Amino acid sequence: MTTIESYESKTRSGVGVSAQRPDAVPKATGEFPFSSDLSSHNMLWGQTLRSPHPSARIKNIDISEALSISGVHAILTANDVPGKNLFGLEHPDQPVLADDLIRYAGEPIALVAAEHPEIAANAINAIHVTFEELSPLIDAESAITADPIHPEGNVIRHLKIDYGDPSTTGDLVIEGTYEVGMQDQAFMGTESGMAVPSPDGSVDLYISTQWLHSDQNQIIEALDLPEDMVRLTLAGVGGAFGGREDVSMHVHLCMLALHTGRPVKMVYDRNESFLGHVHRHPAKIWYRHHATKDGHIVKVEGKIILDGGAYASTTSAVLANACCFSTGPYRVSSAQIEGWGVRTNNPPCGAMRGFGNVQTCFAIEAQMDKVASALGIDPVDLRLINALEQGDTIITGQKITGVAPVKEVISSLAGHPMPGPPENNLLARPGGTGRTTDQKHIKRGVGFAVSIKNLMFAEGFDDSSEALCQVDDGNVAIHTACVEVGQGFITLVHQIAEEVLGTSDITVIPADTSIGSAGSTSASRQTWMSGGAVLKACEAVVEKLIEQIFEDEGVKYENLDGNLVSEDGTKAIPIAEALKGRSFHEKVVHRHAPTFPLNNKGQGDAHVSFAFAAHRAVVDVDQELGLVRVIEIATSQDVGRILNPLQAVGQIEGGITQGLGLAVLEELVMKNGVIQNANFTDYLLPTALDTPPIEIAALIEEPEPGAPFGAKGIGEPPTISSTPAVVAAIRDATGVDLRRVPVRPEDIALE
Amino acid sequence: MEVLIASSTEEICELLAQDSSRQLLAGGTDFMVEVNYRHRSPSSVITIDQVPELQNWHHDGNSVVVGSCVTYREIERGPLATLVPALAQAARTVGSPQIRNAGTIGGNIGTASPAGDMIPVLSALGAVISLRSSEGRREISLEDLIIGVKETSLRHGEFIESVRVPVLDSPQEFLKVGSRSAMVISVTSLAFITYPKTRSVGIGLGAVNPTPTRAKEAEAFIADYLDWESMQVDPSGLDPFKDLVSAASNPIDDHRSVAAYRRKSIGILAQRALTRVFTEGVL
Repeated sequence: MTTIESYESKTRSGVGVSAQRPDAVPKATGEFPFSSDLSSHNMLWGQTLRSPHPSARIKNIDISEALSISGVHAILTANDVPGKNLFGLEHPDQPVLADDLIRYAGEPIALVAAEHPEIAANAINAIHVTFEELSPLIDAESAITADPIHPEGNVIRHLKIDYGDPSTTGDLVIEGTYEVGMQDQAFMGTESGMAVPSPDGSVDLYISTQWLHSDQNQIIEALDLPEDMVRLTLAGVGGAFGGREDVSMHVHLCMLALHTGRPVKMVYDRNESFLGHVHRHPAKIWYRHHATKDGHIVKVEGKIILDGGAYASTTSAVLANACCFSTGPYRVSSAQIEGWGVRTNNPPCGAMRGFGNVQTCFAIEAQMDKVASALGIDPVDLRLINALEQGDTIITGQKITGVAPVKEVISSLAGHPMPGPPENNLLARPGGTGRTTDQKHIKRGVGFAVSIKNLMFAEGFDDSSEALCQVDDGNVAIHTACVEVGQGFITLVHQIAEEVLGTSDITVIPADTSIGSAGSTSASRQTWMSGGAVLKACEAVVEKLIEQIFEDEGVKYENLDGNLVSEDGTKAIPIAEALKGRSFHEKVVHRHAPTFPLNNKGQGDAHVSFAFAAHRAVVDVDQELGLVRVIEIATSQDVGRILNPLQAVGQIEGGITQGLGLAVLEELVMKNGVIQNANFTDYLLPTALDTPPIEIAALIEEPEPGAPFGAKGIGEPPTISSTPAVVAAIRDATGVDLRRVPVRPEDIALE
Repeated sequence: MEVLIASSTEEICELLAQDSSRQLLAGGTDFMVEVNYRHRSPSSVITIDQVPELQNWHHDGNSVVVGSCVTYREIERGPLATLVPALAQAARTVGSPQIRNAGTIGGNIGTASPAGDMIPVLSALGAVISLRSSEGRREISLEDLIIGVKETSLRHGEFIESVRVPVLDSPQEFLKVGSRSAMVISVTSLAFITYPKTRSVGIGLGAVNPTPTRAKEAEAFIADYLDWESMQVDPSGLDPFKDLVSAASNPIDDHRSVAAYRRKSIGILAQRALTRVFTEGVL
């Protein structure tokens, strides 16, 4: 099992210890207030009418019967959207409420506010919409040339990367086509929130989200209100993984609250949650790898098609990631990559942990194994031969200036001990409680995969986070708009502030829009961005403190490791002591080093920093039935520096489990544009029985230049290469050339 | 919605006689999901989970009579698991512990889902279902009760009182394929029951036909290949046996799997169950 103890030996308080998260016990005991627990005096309940059709024209909406139901206070449609009936995370292309065309099954059409959820549901059923059904566009590849289903066309982004000499050839050419199914973030807490109107026509929205200010910007456009009239406060978030980056019920709640003059609450049920947020992009990927006899990958050609579904969301940025890292954590001299992010009548797809890297990593790592096999080189050795190093250039022409311990990650994992033989226990075998598999049916396989992930936003985005460190008579409070989605940022705020100010008595002010944007809790960026902002704000307080003391006493002090020491060395006072009786208010904005757009050849310094991880999966497969049991996943990860070991391991375990899910279980099954399994009965997340021991072979701590404390983001890499490692292990056990995830029993058994 | 809490079987009979459109709520593990998603909007519900007669089971030597409100949890462990091991093995595969604490055997039968986990076991055991109404009692086979996908031959005012299955004291197996190791609706499942007295086997198929199905031809075929003294099976019978079981299935493609896989895997499950009980040896 995972050994957390070994990381707990750091002696200092502050950064580097396994500080306990303040929400740990309340979450375990059920006392933590999630957004679904919000309530208010005089509150109404909102619900959403959604389209059952993936493509249709709305001929008529008849709300008269619904309006006549006692206890119904509002029925709103597209005509009631006060401002622009469009929103979107990167750019507005999605109606708040459909006004004419339906572009996906689940698209919101009308809203209800009523005294009770049952009344609201009755009203939803009593709204009569006449549709003219249209034939849905569901194939991503044909979408490129098909008639546009949206005024902005079907190709959301077409990106070419042309790197090195295209005439480069290798001794060996390996070609393969791969597919990735539609994974869902499947957070436990469904979308929920409450909007509270004020008499002055403004509104407060309490909501679970990933990025308060992006939500606010989209809401004010739709409501046609100035920024200060729409205030957002973070409500308790029950997981996110990218699925809360887009606006869901936000505008709807505000519209209903402003219309009725009463607080309105919404909670999606599980089915609606699956319709109410974006999913991971399904992908079709073609690769041709060219290698020399001695195992150097010299050229990679690739075509990547991501199905963005009906609206743009983050498709453009996801595609950039898929393409920029389409050759993996490997050095290549030539790459010709072409990617399309397209629009279809499938559900909108957007951000999910790993963000584009997941899809291509699955395909690249399969290709690497095929190259290794064709050349007779050990798959681990092939990866070592080609591993990127600091100073290397990736296929966008960007030089890696930060640390890139790819070889260390690979080697430390390769040397980790293997698990023991299969247990003599039916439950521990493939099939689990189904008792399908006897010892003699088991074939064991081992798979290895490595990944690269860019940290933070890219392509020239002005990425910033603001933090306030407020000291009031020695009492410290920290404020940011950084959203805690469960990743542990609040714990880090305490640790970072304690590291600088020497006191553990710190108040973290709830995240809201009364302070500047913190950016999104995504892209493995908040420790660097908002953590960095908190660090700078605390340091600014110490500077001001030194100035104040100098003004008061005429003595110049210096900050030496948490103590203020007088210039002559005769006096020393802990910072926490010196803060007593004093007040400060230091607000800072933190930015990472600037990035730049990609040019027409896909070249440019578009990214900030890179993190690397390797995964080794051991599986037992019952080939005849196609059943897989993952026995162990071991990992090494490049983390820069660990700020909280317990939380780091938590991220790694969770990320790997999500990667395992994509490998063998998790898929939203589509039929003609309609999700067939929008429930937890049939959207299969790994259970405790499916989740193997996760072994941490090594966490490579080489501080990243420019990163606060040298810490790299750690949330996404575990999700990326765990999937291909599991599939490689299944291929190793069975010899079946698996080219699609998730791997289903029939994919193995019917081969 | 009216909720009536019944405390005896007589009371259920009476309440149903008054209004046969009243719906019965036992564990609620299917019922409440349907209500919550508004697929079912009952105006009157009778809760039957507090009726002592329905929560009990008794063993009369040759058979065990299980009240319809006995939970999966109770079937899964304890004395029932020893008396009817295949039923216990099947109960263990149902949902989560919370679902198994609430869900009942009667509910599984009444829901009449092709993927119901109790169904193949009860079918292979030749279970007899006791139905009750104000008119009295009648007994019916599972095959006569479940007549279509989620469709039963229950008459108005009638409810499932208990299930009688034989106590055999001989090997039984239940195997189920799902994509996940636990908490999963079956893709295929199979019960394999040995009847040493009649030197025969019973094979119940799950999730591959609309209604409860025995693989009768396979049962008859394999009898000639079994030696009940040495508990051996002639290996030459294994493949034809597997194919006969597959042939007894008529599965569909859906979001959980494809027909071709279901057809193949049901045969494999049968073969595995058989060779768990009978070792391979030339007779």
